[in-house]
Amino acid sequence: MTAECEGVAEARFLAAADRQRLIDALMDAGHEVHGPVVRDGVIRYEPITTIEELPRGWRDEQQPGRYRLQRQDDERLFAWAAPAHSLKPHVFAPRETLFTARRDTEGRLTFETAEPEAPRIAILGARACDLAGLFLQDKHFLHGPHADAAYRARRRNLFLIAVHCTHPAATCFCAATGDGPVARYGYDLAIGEIDAGWLLTARSEAGVAMLARLPVQEADEEQRQAADAAFTAATRAQTRRLPEGDLPARLAALAESPAWAEVAERCLACGNCTAVCPSCFCHAHVEETDLDGGRSRRLRQWDSCFTAGHSLLHGRPVRADIASRYRQWLTHKLAGWHEQYDRSGCSGCGRCITWCPEGIDLLAEATAVLETAE
Amino acid sequence: MSTALPMEAEVLARREESPGLFTLQLRLTDPAAQAAYAFRPGQFNMLYLYGVGEVPISIVSDPREETLIEHTIRAVGRVTRGLERLAPGDRLGLRGPFGNGWPLGDCEQRDVIVVTGGLGCAPVTGAIHYLMKRRERFGHVNIVQGVKHSADLIWREQYECWARMPDTTVLIAADEAEPLWPWHVGRVTDLFDRLHFDPAQTIVLSCGPEGMMIAVAEQLQAKGIPPERIWLSLERNMQCGIGLCGHCQFGARFVCRDGPVFRWRDVASRLKIRGL
Repeated sequence: MTAECEGVAEARFLAAADRQRLIDALMDAGHEVHGPVVRDGVIRYEPITTIEELPRGWRDEQQPGRYRLQRQDDERLFAWAAPAHSLKPHVFAPRETLFTARRDTEGRLTFETAEPEAPRIAILGARACDLAGLFLQDKHFLHGPHADAAYRARRRNLFLIAVHCTHPAATCFCAATGDGPVARYGYDLAIGEIDAGWLLTARSEAGVAMLARLPVQEADEEQRQAADAAFTAATRAQTRRLPEGDLPARLAALAESPAWAEVAERCLACGNCTAVCPSCFCHAHVEETDLDGGRSRRLRQWDSCFTAGHSLLHGRPVRADIASRYRQWLTHKLAGWHEQYDRSGCSGCGRCITWCPEGIDLLAEATAVLETAE
Repeated sequence: MSTALPMEAEVLARREESPGLFTLQLRLTDPAAQAAYAFRPGQFNMLYLYGVGEVPISIVSDPREETLIEHTIRAVGRVTRGLERLAPGDRLGLRGPFGNGWPLGDCEQRDVIVVTGGLGCAPVTGAIHYLMKRRERFGHVNIVQGVKHSADLIWREQYECWARMPDTTVLIAADEAEPLWPWHVGRVTDLFDRLHFDPAQTIVLSCGPEGMMIAVAEQLQAKGIPPERIWLSLERNMQCGIGLCGHCQFGARFVCRDGPVFRWRDVASRLKIRGL
């Protein structure tokens, strides 16, 4: 019977009153703890030291082009969906130095690799969609022929505490991509939240060791079923669906669909979708020079395929219009990733829909493109 | 090979090829690094101009030349205009080599057709040197170069020299030509009836504007050369050189890492669509 309770089948129970103990244990073990907090009108990951900083009683409302927080009078800490940003900034830094070049008075150059900043961070409350996003980033930055040293250093120092989703937003579709709402892989510890506290499951050795430091008890059947019922409801609440069939082949055949020009009428090419996407990995190399000219740094910073500069070749963009840029983004996400990394580049977090100022919905656009085939 | 951190290189010589087009002869200042540096024709380096930035530039020198690395560069952007002002003794950074290079092993025992346009001749020069120095291993070598204007032709003496090699055909075309231009006026594809090859055992290497390469590939395929033996060197925005930064994505491929040399068979459908 317990085996049906996916995500909490072997969970231990931590009472609500003892939740601070997890943060204390993480800090004792040398981790800087980053958890969700309400700031600037959104829920986002920030360094925390107490459980009081978490968004107790907060709910989010996410719609195409809309994100709002509302308060409810309860003890739930994770009763909201995807936070404003994914785990991407924790591993793929928005801006960092690649190397420093120095020029002496004779004009000779020396180059020095930048030491990556890689603090030991524990993330409290990683969502299943974002763990899938991390898996996608790993595929790109770690598992190719040229593993990225800075990414690897930060990735190795992450301790991940997942939280199974119970309150998906209207923009969520992790159930459709198969990535959530229950986290199945890629974490050290996972939390199933119920009113009385947390059902904790360890997946890694580090997670088992952490669990041993907490005043946990056997979870009873009623608790497990309460959690399981919430996960089932979270799956059923999601109504968005990915288009079916062989998307790489179907989209490749529709590169000249008139639907691309139609979405380009609404798309502002602002790049919000690529910034919030947990899998987008493009970055630009830029130069920053000291005023005295003796030292120059090569940096990389997040870039977006929606800019003209992204495809610049001999001074002109290969993708000169928004239609070709939107096509590049969407077909890479839903098709190119399959060929590159054996799975879709989308984990169903819905952020590109929420944070698009025009409320453009990639699923609706993909469907519109596919319908032009008929 | 250095993928992440540039190596210091010194400019040994600078040669003006034509207005705005110049060749830099470089040597890595660390003798051990220079000795260890090896590349395949068709590969490229990232050249770093201090305080300005980096650009991907194909290598034109002979791969057997161990003491220097040559790049022919057109001054079109901020970095290349800065590189244009370098003089012998100046220093720059170099990462590389990157990319796959031309399939020279597959050229053996085959007729070879090299079709280039404009500065597309640069990435293939190293390959032609390779063929000429091992002449007996290859069939007939056809070298076809197209330029917009006859005044744009660089390395004229080199073409004349290759034309005197046994079993070698050199054909040059200019869209527009000055009086006394000894070669064809028109497109490179106009010259294809003058090529010497057996379609069943021919390999094609092409580099130039995409429109030209598409026409070249389609017409040579129509003459019976299978699309898997027509190779094109593509160009896209490249910043990292190792398939991470994402700018050179072409479908599921990274041009910098999986290319820049691709089989026509694998890229034909995408290449014909604007803005991919």
